[in-house]
Amino acid sequence: MMVKINGRPETLPQKVLTLEELVAGMGLNPERLVIEHNLEIVPREAWPGIRIQGNDNIEIVSFVGGG
Amino acid sequence: MEDFLEIGGKKLSSRLFVGTGKFPGNAVMRDVLLASGTEVTTVALRRVDPDSAAENILDYVPHACTVMINTSGARNAEEAVRIARLARAGGTGSWIKIEVIADTRYLLPDNLETLKAVEALVKEGFTVFPYMSPDLSVARRMADCGAAAVMPLGSPIGSNRGVKTKELVRILIDEIKIPVIVDAGLGKPSDACECMEMGCEAVLVNTAIAIAENPVETARAFAMAVRAGRLAYASGISGSVETARASSPLTGFLRDNG
Repeated sequence: MMVKINGRPETLPQKVLTLEELVAGMGLNPERLVIEHNLEIVPREAWPGIRIQGNDNIEIVSFVGGG
Repeated sequence: MEDFLEIGGKKLSSRLFVGTGKFPGNAVMRDVLLASGTEVTTVALRRVDPDSAAENILDYVPHACTVMINTSGARNAEEAVRIARLARAGGTGSWIKIEVIADTRYLLPDNLETLKAVEALVKEGFTVFPYMSPDLSVARRMADCGAAAVMPLGSPIGSNRGVKTKELVRILIDEIKIPVIVDAGLGKPSDACECMEMGCEAVLVNTAIAIAENPVETARAFAMAVRAGRLAYASGISGSVETARASSPLTGFLRDNG
């Protein structure tokens, strides 16, 4: 399935069905990540329930140093 | 002397805000935040890089610090609003430094888009601190919209050139009822002191501290300079005149009276 993650087209592995599985599959520490799914912010507790569809637009952001 | 900065519903004893960009590491950044005595620190939001270390910068921010998320990377009001919402969902609270930049060479803020973002984010309950070019009518509108402060630049971000906008900042201090906080370009403690002597309510410093040879000692120096400048302002330092004014008695002495 093709989706867009952080502005880049990506092909998801078959077994990745939800946002929760996407984060785990990318090897990311879920703490302090924020996910926007098709322009809607998804709270952490809702990640397991959000099924990813083809052509979804997913932004995954975290905090970094800045002035 | 008791002197607090009341801003965004908080009562601060430090008037030095410190940014967290460009530090050689998170540990030294934490030492700087502690040494500076700052109570407000800025942090940014970025797309995750799966290849970078998974350290969370917020783990290194002392508990006494209020985190202000900047919207850097936003090129218009809409993007700034989106970043602010993402930040709030990340659990850092509602303090937002609105930074909308369309110019890549000087990184000067887009005042019109910034004003739009101020309006939108205040309505959504954020406490907003717009980074702006010191323009009086825009600053007035930002104040009318409910901004917690205005943050005019001293000189371009990261340039360490000091308060090149001094005269315009002075006008904002004179005319605007909300706090004026100089942000960007302060390269030396004396620059920070100059802002405080003029009557700025606070300053925000990042690059000058982060890239110093010894960031911790530089942070201490900035903290002292901010305190000195504030004390000078609060004690009513006097203005300057063109010609001399004797500080010793001018009565004749050791010579004949003519």
